[in-house]
Amino acid sequence: MPVGTAVVLPDSEQIQNPGFPPYRPRVSDLDPKKARSNERRIALLFAASMVGSVFAIVAYIVFPINANDPGSIRLNNLFLGLGIALSLLGIGIAAVHWSKALMEGHDLSEERHMTRGSEATRASAAEVFHLGNKESGFTRRKLVRNTLIASLALWPLPGIIIFRDLGPADQDANDVLRHTMWKAGTRLTKDPNGVPIKASDVTLGSVFHVIPEGLDDREDALEQKAKAAVLLMRLKPEDLHVSKGRENWNYHGIVAYSKICTHVGCPVALYEQQTHHLLCPCHQSQFDITHEAEVIFGPAKRPLPQLPITVDSEGYLVARSDFHEPVGPSFWERDHT
Amino acid sequence: MRVTNWAANYIDERTGMSGLVKELGRKIFPDHWSYMLGEVALYSFIVILLSGTFLTFFFQASMAETVYHGSYAPLEGIKMSSALSSTLHISFDVRGGLLLRQIHHWAALLFVASIGLHMLRIFFTGAFRKPREINWIVGFTLFVLAMAEGFTGYSLPDDLLSGNGLRIIYGMVEGVPVVGTWIDFLLFGGEFPGDAIVGRLYTLHILLLPAAVVAAIGIHLVLLVVNKHTQFAGPGRTEKNVVGVPIMPVFAAKAGGFFFIVFGVIAVVAATVTINPIWDYGPYDPSPISAGTQPDWYIGFADGALRLVPPGWEFMIGPYTVSLNILIPIIVLVMFLVVVGAYPFFEAWITGDQREHHMTDRPRNAPVRTAIGAAGVTFYAALWAAASSDILATHFKMSVEWVTHIIQFALIVGPFIAYFLAKRICLGLQKKDREIALHGFESGRIVRLPGGEYIEVHRQLSEYERWRLLTYDDYQPLMLRPNERGRITNAARLRARMSRWFFEDRIAPVTKGELEASHQHGGH
Repeated sequence: MPVGTAVVLPDSEQIQNPGFPPYRPRVSDLDPKKARSNERRIALLFAASMVGSVFAIVAYIVFPINANDPGSIRLNNLFLGLGIALSLLGIGIAAVHWSKALMEGHDLSEERHMTRGSEATRASAAEVFHLGNKESGFTRRKLVRNTLIASLALWPLPGIIIFRDLGPADQDANDVLRHTMWKAGTRLTKDPNGVPIKASDVTLGSVFHVIPEGLDDREDALEQKAKAAVLLMRLKPEDLHVSKGRENWNYHGIVAYSKICTHVGCPVALYEQQTHHLLCPCHQSQFDITHEAEVIFGPAKRPLPQLPITVDSEGYLVARSDFHEPVGPSFWERDHT
Repeated sequence: MRVTNWAANYIDERTGMSGLVKELGRKIFPDHWSYMLGEVALYSFIVILLSGTFLTFFFQASMAETVYHGSYAPLEGIKMSSALSSTLHISFDVRGGLLLRQIHHWAALLFVASIGLHMLRIFFTGAFRKPREINWIVGFTLFVLAMAEGFTGYSLPDDLLSGNGLRIIYGMVEGVPVVGTWIDFLLFGGEFPGDAIVGRLYTLHILLLPAAVVAAIGIHLVLLVVNKHTQFAGPGRTEKNVVGVPIMPVFAAKAGGFFFIVFGVIAVVAATVTINPIWDYGPYDPSPISAGTQPDWYIGFADGALRLVPPGWEFMIGPYTVSLNILIPIIVLVMFLVVVGAYPFFEAWITGDQREHHMTDRPRNAPVRTAIGAAGVTFYAALWAAASSDILATHFKMSVEWVTHIIQFALIVGPFIAYFLAKRICLGLQKKDREIALHGFESGRIVRLPGGEYIEVHRQLSEYERWRLLTYDDYQPLMLRPNERGRITNAARLRARMSRWFFEDRIAPVTKGELEASHQHGGH
């Protein structure tokens, strides 16, 4: 076997292996009394295990779970668990103790052999393949062999194709991810009770977790909420840096931003009132609400999309339109309309 | 006795089992505490199978909406999925249900942890070398499967925390160029969260992944038997023998007993320490979240990788978005795993050593390998710490920005520092071993010689103790030489450079000549 760059010393320079050291007897090898006390200790541990098993069964019965009583669950869990643990540990510690203290303690030695088969075995194995080839004509009949390979390559394909309907057949992801429940006139309501929000309720510095009106009536309420959840805050109008074209997206300093992080989609739920920063607790992206939710820290790149809002005739906050871009994490085709 | 004999005969006449018993019954297993780690992994997996089977009898892997009615009053009347409601049922209405859930979860955490430690043991002792490279790959596969098992299981209860975990997966997959949204729609059956994912993960969690784990463990153990266990150097031990205790009875008693101990310890922990209190989190809802969210520990390094990306890593190619803030972490994680999996082949290529190795190295005797391992551990640790950046921040009263920057720094610089330190420490320890082997160790006894000179008497090691220090594989850097065609290929150049990197600083083992010379020199 090639030894590569290993340094192999000539035999004359190699230090001799001194061979096995003499056996150091244990106390139980020398003193039959000690051996007997070990024996008793092991038996005691096995007995403890029996006690544990019985205790666990008893605990199962005498510590039932009572409705609306968290304490009963704790007791059931604790005593059943400790009983089972004792039953297991008794056996385990006893067996290990037995093996260490009483069983024959001498090290034994067994020969190793090279992992590879002997030359004769390898030759026979090669002969098997040779015969297989000769008797089937695998390499000689090229047409048969090649068509076999081609057919074997093709047969799994239907098995892959039938998984297509794991995903919905009639939806275009880009289309679905682009639209939310919000449309012109949809009222902003409180999450989770669905009570509409009046502009006058939104005092300076307050923050509302918002869902679109009628969310709960939808079959796909969770999917819709996962896109439409919004945070509503009121800042002093002079604190807001509004870009061109968004002048009428806020209402007297009340702004609404998507709550779904543009990084990987956690809810950006932590609002720092003093600095007007939003923090995502998952990966610590931070968004500055005074600058249209632009990213000031963390792995997110895009600002949170803003929901244009106004009030209706009764003074309730409503959306002016849907978001103008897909909410949530970036995806490849998000700007390809 | 007559019954046993009859039964043994009955079985042997129908299976020929006596051959197997003869072959394996007295097989020798070497003993070392670090060989326990793989056993812990195996036994915790058995605990997982047993406890998991119990849970399947009660768990309903459905996202169909239901209203909770059960013993846990705070959630009474709340809308949730059947998955969560049945998990609550297991926890609060089935006697022993909570215990089994907690046994299952703790055993799963222990499973991944012990696999990780077991891998580190194999790595640092060089037990992955020929003929065990394939088993390294099998074990590596088990590590990945274990993480997959963990994550799928974590997601099943459909509580707030696991739902957020799935949301992150969905978001990450969305960031994959071209096919991201496609994969998401196939995986989740459409938009997030949909009503399919829990059922699908359940099939993976209790059927496909366990089958793969069982198959891989089977191969792992068969190869273990075929290759026989490695052993550390010691008197009487050679590359040609294996020294230890026989399966029957000592190893069987030890290993069998150890299974019960592992199970028992898990049971104690499960009986006394709460894990994953889904009743506190409540049902999944895309809107709420609590501060300090983090995944189970073994997913931490992936979550941490996401957190460490600096702002702004996303750009456009025409109308298409490329999310480097997702892609780079994924690539880094995959690369890290690939490096781990491929390491044995890399080292084999550098040394060119095609001998079988059954004696494991003490980590100090392979300084560069140990240093690479230390660097890898540091890299992983930095990613892992990053998954708790917010908790570290509140704990140490720092801003989360600073914590993130410090960990970013640690991720890049830390591995180099760890590499350097580990290598120096290894070389230092090797020098010390050499010194002790040649000159013995200081006995602390000061003797005044007739001439007035004071010396400290050095005590020599016994030849058994010395042997342990002297035997290890030694390599020297590869000399760059032209091949048969008289050319020096780039691959050869690279290999020579790598070899120099590995073996330039080496402490050669003591030779017979040196030992004899030192003894003649006179024992101090």
